[in-house]
Amino acid sequence: MSNLLEVRDLHVTFVTPDRTVHAVNGVSFDVARGETLGILGESGSGKSVTLRSILKLHPEHRTRWSGSIRIEGDEVLSMGGKALADLRGNRVSMIFQEPATAFDPVFTIGQQIAETVRRHTGKSDAEAWKRARELLELVRIPSPAQRLKAYPHEMSGGMRQRAMIALALSCNPSLLLADEPTTALDATVQIQVLLLIRELQRELDLGVIFVTHDIGVAVEVSDRIGVMYAGKLIELASVEQMVDSPRHPYSRGLLASTVHEGMRGKRLEAIPGAPPDLSAPPAACSFAPRCKFAEAKCLAAPPPLRETGDNHSVRCVLAA
Amino acid sequence: MLLYALRRLIYLVPVAFGVSLLVFALVHLAPGDAISAIVPPDAPQEVVDKIKTYYGFDKPLPVQYFRWLAVTLSGDFGTSIGTGRPVAEEVGTAFVNTLILAVGATFLSFFLAIILGTAAAYAKSRTIDRCVTSIALAGVSVPHFWLAIVLVIFFSVELGWLPPMGLGPDNATGWHLDRAHLAHMVLPTIALSVIPLGVMTRTVRSTIKEILNMEFVTALQAKGMNDRQILIHVLKNAAPTCLAVMGLQAGNLIGGSILIETVFAWPGTGFLLNSAIFRRDLPILQGTTLVLAFFFMMLNLIVDVIQTTVDPRIKRT
Repeated sequence: MSNLLEVRDLHVTFVTPDRTVHAVNGVSFDVARGETLGILGESGSGKSVTLRSILKLHPEHRTRWSGSIRIEGDEVLSMGGKALADLRGNRVSMIFQEPATAFDPVFTIGQQIAETVRRHTGKSDAEAWKRARELLELVRIPSPAQRLKAYPHEMSGGMRQRAMIALALSCNPSLLLADEPTTALDATVQIQVLLLIRELQRELDLGVIFVTHDIGVAVEVSDRIGVMYAGKLIELASVEQMVDSPRHPYSRGLLASTVHEGMRGKRLEAIPGAPPDLSAPPAACSFAPRCKFAEAKCLAAPPPLRETGDNHSVRCVLAA
Repeated sequence: MLLYALRRLIYLVPVAFGVSLLVFALVHLAPGDAISAIVPPDAPQEVVDKIKTYYGFDKPLPVQYFRWLAVTLSGDFGTSIGTGRPVAEEVGTAFVNTLILAVGATFLSFFLAIILGTAAAYAKSRTIDRCVTSIALAGVSVPHFWLAIVLVIFFSVELGWLPPMGLGPDNATGWHLDRAHLAHMVLPTIALSVIPLGVMTRTVRSTIKEILNMEFVTALQAKGMNDRQILIHVLKNAAPTCLAVMGLQAGNLIGGSILIETVFAWPGTGFLLNSAIFRRDLPILQGTTLVLAFFFMMLNLIVDVIQTTVDPRIKRT
């Protein structure tokens, strides 16, 4: 399996006159064609920042990037201007969390899909609209010809997210970035959208990065899961390994805090404390202050991400 | 769309009726009366009564109102008590003169406001943003009649570049499109556009800044749109808010500015209203106010119709 995306030692720092935030502190992972990587983490863990960095979507003048992000061998972090715009929405596209705000409210869905098609393929207006119609059919929106003329506020949340997926697929990307695409949706619609993404991903042989804070969702869609904490990947493994034998105390805590059948009457397990402040790069294991297994060596130095056999990596000195 | 405009037009009828009632009432509620302004204080009572009967001031107010309304609806605004000329004629000329300045000031201020406001909203350096904000603040705070006087002193008296007053050369009474008349327009137009420029710049800046922070702008970047294409999206989103404020400002300008028209001796509606107030010239007052109110209503209607075409979220019901 050749790698579609290679992220190596990615650091993202936001610098404003008032403060500096070390949002991502050395993240490395690969995504292969036809593979879905789930990135799991709580708010502020750096999962969305990592995802958006793949398209360099953060404001240029306030963001410092270092490390390397390669898409089919091309370095993204050194791209700018036209090269970057040619990449965005074309080879790599993105689905946003809130489809209600990710569409421009004063243009129709059709206009917004067609302009993307025209931007990257140089098709005529008529051809672009034809393509937009096909895309709405692809994401199973009923009566697509009429829906093209609808404005975003005239559609339901689920329909809007389907339209957003259609938009993202408009130029046959090889990598799809999904930023909590189901979080804003009703539970029933959530499942439909998840299944749609899963199905299209197989049909079109897409690489997908699916960012979520919902373990259930991550398990449902992913081939592999990476868990992020305080701007670092702390565990990376296949779904089965992650569900059956999580090795990092934080991953174990996350999995233990989900609710499932057979827990009735038992106390819910929560992870005590709050994530650390990221105004300085971490000097030790970031999770140590909240970890009930923490020892002196945890605080000595930041632990490395170690391979513990069969493609399972973990960033914990205590994990076997 | 046409149907919507038509329906809105019909809604204006009761509003127009209310406006006419208000215009009539305001003039009669104000202290002092027109007769005492035109007859000498020692005039015999029968002369005063005769004049009262001539103008219809001896009838009860409701009768006066409906007579006035009926005559006005037929297009006859009566005759000016001060000059004896038909009100329609006086108001018509003054209104055209004011409109000439207002249109110029509207375009000048809106054009500059869109450029300055957009530049400030996009500016990454705080200096540009602060400069523009200061200009806008100065625009709304500087007394514009004072600025008018300063402009006259500087450009007319000191430099002698532009004429200080009047509609045109040689005490012209009519306006023509030529160099000399345009030169007379320059200073009043600038003085008049200062306030709308300040208000509009602030509106454009804050509206665009707000829109630039919205998720869909990131989404547009994420699909590879360049800055120019994104700007079109941003401007279309900013249009409804800016148009609403622009409509109000344009309405104010059409009302004419008593102060500016006085400084530049510009025979517009502000000038006319001012003298009519001092002469207690009721027909002129009523006629001018009515015409202005009517234009204001039409302007609002036009802005509303444009807004609904630009923003699909505003329902056309």
